[in-house]
Amino acid sequence: MSAALLQYLLAGLTLGAIYALVALGFSIIYNASHVINFAQGEFVMIGGMATVSFLGAGLPLAVAAALAVVVATLVGLALAKFAVEPARGASVVTLIIITIGASILLRGLATLVWDKKIHALPAFTGEDPIAIAGATIVPQSLWVIAAASAVFAILWWFFNRTLAGKAMLATSHNRLAAQLSGIGVRRVLLASFGMSAALGALAGILIAPITFTSWDAGVMLGLKGFAAAMLGGIGSGPGAVLGGLALGLAESLAAGYVSSAYKDVIAFAILLAVLVFMPGGLLGARAAERV
Amino acid sequence: MLALAAALALLPLVFANNYHYEVAILVGLNAIIAVGLNLLIGYAGQISLGHAGFFGVGAYGSAILSARYGWPQLAALAASTALTAALAYAVGRPILRLKGHYLAMATLGLGVIVSIVIATEDRLTGGPDGMGVPPLAAFGAALSGERAWYALVAALLVLSVWLALNLIESPHGRALRALHGSEVAAEAIGIDSARHKVLAFVLSAVFASVAGSLTAHYSGFITPSRVTFLHSIELVTMVVFGGMASTFGAVVGAALLTGLPQLLTVLKEYEMVVFGAVLMATMIFFPKGLVPSLAAAARRFAR
Amino acid sequence: MSVLRAEGMCKRFGGVSALDGVSLSLAAGTVHSVIGPNGAGKTTFLNLLCGIYAPSAGRVFAGERELTGAPAHAFARAGIGRTFQTPQIFLNMGALENVMAGRHLHERCGLAAALLCPPWRARAERDCREQAAQLMREVDLGQWLHAEAGALPYGALKRLEIARALAAQPEALLLDEPAAGLNARETHEIDELIRRIAARGIAVVLVEHNMRLVMGVSDRVLVLDYGRALAEGSAEEVRRDPRVIEAYLGAEALAA
Repeated sequence: MSAALLQYLLAGLTLGAIYALVALGFSIIYNASHVINFAQGEFVMIGGMATVSFLGAGLPLAVAAALAVVVATLVGLALAKFAVEPARGASVVTLIIITIGASILLRGLATLVWDKKIHALPAFTGEDPIAIAGATIVPQSLWVIAAASAVFAILWWFFNRTLAGKAMLATSHNRLAAQLSGIGVRRVLLASFGMSAALGALAGILIAPITFTSWDAGVMLGLKGFAAAMLGGIGSGPGAVLGGLALGLAESLAAGYVSSAYKDVIAFAILLAVLVFMPGGLLGARAAERV
Repeated sequence: MLALAAALALLPLVFANNYHYEVAILVGLNAIIAVGLNLLIGYAGQISLGHAGFFGVGAYGSAILSARYGWPQLAALAASTALTAALAYAVGRPILRLKGHYLAMATLGLGVIVSIVIATEDRLTGGPDGMGVPPLAAFGAALSGERAWYALVAALLVLSVWLALNLIESPHGRALRALHGSEVAAEAIGIDSARHKVLAFVLSAVFASVAGSLTAHYSGFITPSRVTFLHSIELVTMVVFGGMASTFGAVVGAALLTGLPQLLTVLKEYEMVVFGAVLMATMIFFPKGLVPSLAAAARRFAR
Repeated sequence: MSVLRAEGMCKRFGGVSALDGVSLSLAAGTVHSVIGPNGAGKTTFLNLLCGIYAPSAGRVFAGERELTGAPAHAFARAGIGRTFQTPQIFLNMGALENVMAGRHLHERCGLAAALLCPPWRARAERDCREQAAQLMREVDLGQWLHAEAGALPYGALKRLEIARALAAQPEALLLDEPAAGLNARETHEIDELIRRIAARGIAVVLVEHNMRLVMGVSDRVLVLDYGRALAEGSAEEVRRDPRVIEAYLGAEALAA
């Protein structure tokens, strides 16, 4: 394997892990409510920006990051409780516009609470690149990949091995049946927004040392996370991870071998092609329509 | 219909200055897009998060052909409209088989691709800095001045509404609404659902493209910021805010979502917060959109 | 000659065989019922007959034309209409507009005419409206002419769906449980309606659980069990067939 290829793969993996975290947030909320939460990117932004400001207040990085996740989770819960839940029963597109309103509101709040400047977060453990077989990787990339892998494992365990996780999945498959068997659909909705917000914030904190953060940093990351979730098949956890990694790698390889200006064009063109041939995404459900 | 025409004719009486005309012209151009997009979203029930792309093809098509190649403006407008229709048809055939959120993603991807191409091909488009566009001219006379533009846009808006209302009350319009109601039942009465979805997609793209061309000529300058996916989302929001499957709702939605930010500029740094909150509150309390919800309330009150 | 003919229809979902080698030949003006226990493949069979599903094996013809694998709207164009077990009404439209939409195949209207609405279009629109209204009166929905479709009670929705299918002027009409969920009086109205439809020369395929209705109106009855044709014949023959009695009708048939 050439050093250049390895370099692109490592960069793609880092990026892909972040997209996967954001994509998981989309899928978890989709499962609980069938809503695409367009404010998902703002959780990413809140994670990065809140960490920056807690750090500025003199807190150690780990504490600042933990507090930022808590802040984002509270925002997620508030969004579910005060915006999505009151509109239950409205059409899906109405709910989506509500989350779009929320994302504008949150960006606006970010410019008030913080500012419109671009901020950097220090890398967790130094900036010295590590050499691997001719390619180099910054330690922060390893943090991203390791932390994301840990989160994927925990989420897999939660949704497949715990009662609470299985209950959340059950709600997505059949809301009425879940209700009848005593699962609180309201609580599942709240939990899904809380979890997704925490995931988004974590992604924002992990990536901030590499790409910087600002009040509008969530727009593009949210968009890529949505694309990753759809590429993998919305609602599928493994699909979100696969979609995220595939999107990250496609982008990184396209930037390396074709043109960095057109990396997103290539990534989205691949996405379109996949959807045309696999209308439910890579791992999406392919249920026959019943009449 | 007549009420809309009368309102548009009388509106200049309350305009105190050019700024009012400017806002009204922008409202009118956006309303034309929203009326077209409503055919797709409100009536045919198919989402598009990529219509800023079609707006962009119209705007940049007109700009490039008239500024760089010296085409007459009307010919440039016609050519870029045809290009948009061809693009929408070519892309619409495969992606309109997708449903719901997958269609949203595919159209979003399309819009993103168009916007990146426009921002990158700087020799043609001027890149992120944008490019100048000559004023609209036909038969040797240039259209200039806010009043003339207002008259043109108002007339085109009335025309758009008239065309949309006619279409909806025709067999084609019923076919669109039918496939929204139940695609399988629509097929069972002989409606080619794929063909009609593409029809609505192409028509709505044409509305957006024409409005894009006109916007470029009116502003005299165009930048890629008008072609981003945020603008696509803004267009969808106009339709849903005013009320889906309501042509007048689309006009109202465009007016409020174009006008509101202008009013909110007095709030300075609070503008985004208030705008986001108003958007959320409206959708929570009027989930069907303003016009249908208020119309239902008025009917209840009348009883 | 048969209006609609299916030969050896098979449908598999994944590895599961839902229908296995079922044939049917429909003559104009006759009522052909398809009965069988739940899960026998009746609705799957209807979906194959109208092109909603493509068969895994087998062929389907409308008259001389082969339609195997064609999209559902091509089946409709070839004169095959249907209704659904759960009424698939366009709830975003008026009741009358639902029936007007049923005339889709018979409206001559280009896109330009639709957008510009010239006087001849306005006249055609009035004619379409009048014919749809006439059909609604025929199925006894005259009182709902100006209602939104969503305002109609369940029994009326069932008849509205039949009116919409009739508006397409089909040669064969497939009815999926038209009497399900209806009371005795409404079921009787459906019974009469089916006879009137057949009397017009339309071939009817009736999937129905109400045996009194089936045995009363059917010229022929096809019995499905586990996706296979168990028996076919006149109502009387099927009623006496010991395999049918054993597999399906059981005590119910003896009581009747």
